[in-house]
Amino acid sequence: MNRRTFLSSTTATVAVLGFPAILRAQGGPLRIGFPLPLTGPFAAIAADQQRGAQLAVEELNTKGGILGRKVEVLFRDDELKPATGAQRTKELIENQNVDFVVGGLAAHVQMAINEQTKKAGRLFISISQSDEISAKPDTSPITFHEALNPTITGRAVGGWGVQNLGKRWWIVYADYAWGKQNNAVFSDVVKKAGGTVLGNTPYPLGKPEFSAHIPRIQAAKPEVLLAATPGADGVAFMKQAISFGMKKEMKIIVPLHFLFAAKEGGADLFADVYGGTNFYWELAETIPQAKRFVDAFTKKFGAPPDGYAGYGYSGILEVARGVTLAKSTDSAKVADTLRKNPTYDHYKGKQYWRACDNKSFQDLWLTKGRPQAKGEWGYFEVAGKVPADEKLERTCAEKGHA
Amino acid sequence: MIRGLLARVAAWVAAHPVLSIVAFFAALPFVVPYPSLATQMLVYGLFALGFNLLYGYTGLLSFGHAAYWGLGAYGAGIALARLGWTSLWAALALGVLSAGIGGAIVGFFALRRRGIYFAMLTLAFAQLLYFVAFHLADLTGGDDGLRGIPQLPLGLFGLSIPLSSPLAFHYFALALAALAVAGLQRVLHSPFGRVLAAIRENDDRATACGYDVTRAKLLSFVFSALITGLAGSLDALRLNVVPVEALFWSTSGQVVIMTLLGGSGTFFGPFVGAGTVLLLGDRLSLVLVDSWPIVIGTVFVMFVLFLPRGIWGTLTGGFHGH
Amino acid sequence: MPDVTLSALAAQLFTGLVLGGILVLLAIGLSLIFGLMTVVNFAHGSFYMLGAYVGFFLLAYTKNFWVALVVAPLVVGTLGLVVERLLIRPLYGRSPNDPLLLTFGLSLVLVEAVKLVAGKVGLTLDPPAALAGAIDLGFMMFPAYRIFVVLVTAVVLVALWLFLEKTNVGLVVRAGSRDALMVRALGIDLGRVWLVVFGLGIAMAGLAGILAGPLRGVYAEMGFEIIIEAFVVVVVGGMGSLLGAVVAGLLIGEVVSLTTYFAPKLAEIVVFIVMAVVLLTRPSGLFGEAGRAE
Repeated sequence: MNRRTFLSSTTATVAVLGFPAILRAQGGPLRIGFPLPLTGPFAAIAADQQRGAQLAVEELNTKGGILGRKVEVLFRDDELKPATGAQRTKELIENQNVDFVVGGLAAHVQMAINEQTKKAGRLFISISQSDEISAKPDTSPITFHEALNPTITGRAVGGWGVQNLGKRWWIVYADYAWGKQNNAVFSDVVKKAGGTVLGNTPYPLGKPEFSAHIPRIQAAKPEVLLAATPGADGVAFMKQAISFGMKKEMKIIVPLHFLFAAKEGGADLFADVYGGTNFYWELAETIPQAKRFVDAFTKKFGAPPDGYAGYGYSGILEVARGVTLAKSTDSAKVADTLRKNPTYDHYKGKQYWRACDNKSFQDLWLTKGRPQAKGEWGYFEVAGKVPADEKLERTCAEKGHA
Repeated sequence: MIRGLLARVAAWVAAHPVLSIVAFFAALPFVVPYPSLATQMLVYGLFALGFNLLYGYTGLLSFGHAAYWGLGAYGAGIALARLGWTSLWAALALGVLSAGIGGAIVGFFALRRRGIYFAMLTLAFAQLLYFVAFHLADLTGGDDGLRGIPQLPLGLFGLSIPLSSPLAFHYFALALAALAVAGLQRVLHSPFGRVLAAIRENDDRATACGYDVTRAKLLSFVFSALITGLAGSLDALRLNVVPVEALFWSTSGQVVIMTLLGGSGTFFGPFVGAGTVLLLGDRLSLVLVDSWPIVIGTVFVMFVLFLPRGIWGTLTGGFHGH
Repeated sequence: MPDVTLSALAAQLFTGLVLGGILVLLAIGLSLIFGLMTVVNFAHGSFYMLGAYVGFFLLAYTKNFWVALVVAPLVVGTLGLVVERLLIRPLYGRSPNDPLLLTFGLSLVLVEAVKLVAGKVGLTLDPPAALAGAIDLGFMMFPAYRIFVVLVTAVVLVALWLFLEKTNVGLVVRAGSRDALMVRALGIDLGRVWLVVFGLGIAMAGLAGILAGPLRGVYAEMGFEIIIEAFVVVVVGGMGSLLGAVVAGLLIGEVVSLTTYFAPKLAEIVVFIVMAVVLLTRPSGLFGEAGRAE
């Protein structure tokens, strides 16, 4: 390499790496940062969140943007690692000067993002399941939580299950925060509704090996089996349950159903399995707002949205609504405005923010796996609805809010 | 000509490690795309420096340095978030001390074995700590991570200096890193440093020469853990969270890659390696979302094969290498 | 603690045997490669993962599990030969840390490459119809496929033993791992033996991968999780000792399996406790020779 090529390649490198961002003048596009795990085991769900957000931005810009400014969403891969999520959020704030942050999928990553947005004073709308983010010490006046959480899902799905499927339960759960929360909440709900939990089976996360446990569960003859087995563990559990013939002996229920998991594993895997969800695309048949969302989404992406696409879509539109009403991009003012105008309806019916903890309350549904998919995406049928209800969530006092 | 210039720069850097690190990192926030990236490069560089004391200077390959990084982070984080300590200095001290004690205990056991067994034992102890932290959720936050670490101002000579801006924190971290580098410099230039060099070349011969090799290795292990613990503590203050992944073996692997890429056995190499990996990751992940890890992996393999002195060692050509 | 019934205990012991069998297949390859060439192959888990992926695609293409089961290890083993020639061979004679570092980097590259080619979401590999279902063993039901895995492991071990004990190549391998210099002095080309052994070890990792696929699912990171357990097995058994790898593999399989059942919180820690205890009481592992692997 001679000197000239060395110098020119150095210059090129510097140009690629970039110099510190010069603060953008007002009137440029309104920027929203969006960290999410584009790589890693939950990439498929993250892609759904991303599509929801992309649709929202397109719709906003078609209508002329927010307060006359174009909207721009900057997606960043958090790799499903809290440290990466935190660093990418710092980059979004310091380098891209984003006004707001929406996103997060894994509980632990969203908390790391939240620490950065709190410190920098940027409004954050989390679209990941978590009990903690809207409770002390994680909560803040500018931290909003759009998604469901394990307490709400557990009380709603458990309450529905004990009324409709049977009183004698067994719980299998992965031994970590989310699994333990589900075990605690479901046990509580079943007992309060007059049912019994015959036993439970904790197992190490990521080691889905149930052949020694299954005979014991079968011998106890539960009517309902709850499987709090996330991701790949859930697929392994269903396979083992099928090979031991459990599906014929009891109803199986999971906290959450995912369309992409059914698509990956095939209809047999989740056939007759019940599960909760914040949204299922066949709701378009009965809810006009859902029909509008599903049609627009399907037209743009060629496949219907799953629940997390709804969160991504709604999260972006809530930022837009807050800014429009507040006539300001100041995070504290937008947050105040959302608390004062708590009701919104972007994709599935009315939702509202509870003032004490900035938690969104919304309807959720029970779906049941079909033995054979109806069309390309009809893996589930809607089996029941649980309307939004603050009794399904811990009280403000229980969450540490005075 | 460029090579000659580089050689002169390298010679100066080697002669003035503290000054060069301070100068480089003082300017860095204005060169990289955003200030927090410079801080991340500094903190991981310090982590790699701690690892390199053991690998590059003593010849011991630890595959479990996540343990001391995590102990430092949890020590400082728990002091502030759980114990409610109000002094940043005390929290940092607890972090560094936890890492040092952890290093002494693991070192005591792992140093009874050499070579591959040593690497595996350090890995095993680190994984053990990871699973303990994972299940001690009341103390560590478990897999949700430790949150609620407040951004305390720094108390110094009766003044209270706020660290909430990225630049203020950067210079605070730089001051501590400079102290650590200066301390390490003194250690390596003492007779003890020469014992370490003898051990790295051939520890049987070092024993035969009458050195207390076991004690020297253990001391080196503890120093390494202390520096790593300082880096971990700073990271906890920087991010205001401690993810349990801090203790996971992939963190140990990351510091191995950074050190080897930069150039082990040199003072500045670990900083160069950490900076390169983080800067590339930050920029490449924007254009090559899916494929940038494979780029880093391939570059690393190429360096092990063809450039075992690493970036800095190769650029400066033979000032320090193995 | 759950109440213990005989059938649950038997099922758990058998599950431990299945896990142990897969660990043995991995650990023997690791141990052979280390014993002969003092290479610690960190990428062993990634070849295990490749075995499962290659098996998946062969199955999708041929619709025949048995073909996939035989061909996948051959494909992976061939890749192993290439890796030995191009990447490992240049490092002989350098610090023993260098091959470890190289294969560590290689394992990252392989995992990321698989994600690019086959996608980030895991795949499911189904056992053949003949092995679906469960078999009634009288006192308990046990999935047929798991019994099959144990049988395959046993057959491979016997074949390997015959190869090492009854063939000339096997003799050279055994001699070479004892004293490479002496073997070379006898005019034997050890380079070729190394190549064969590396390929054989990698092929066994590939076999373990396709066998494990239907049990644990197929995903890019599957090798990272098991490689650490396989290392523990090799270290506990004694680096370079094949008998040690077998005994320690079955031991670790049973210990993990029983701990998972009785104390799931300890399931991930227990392997390291076993390893630390063994190393501190028997520094060279259960069957290792003192002074090796230092």
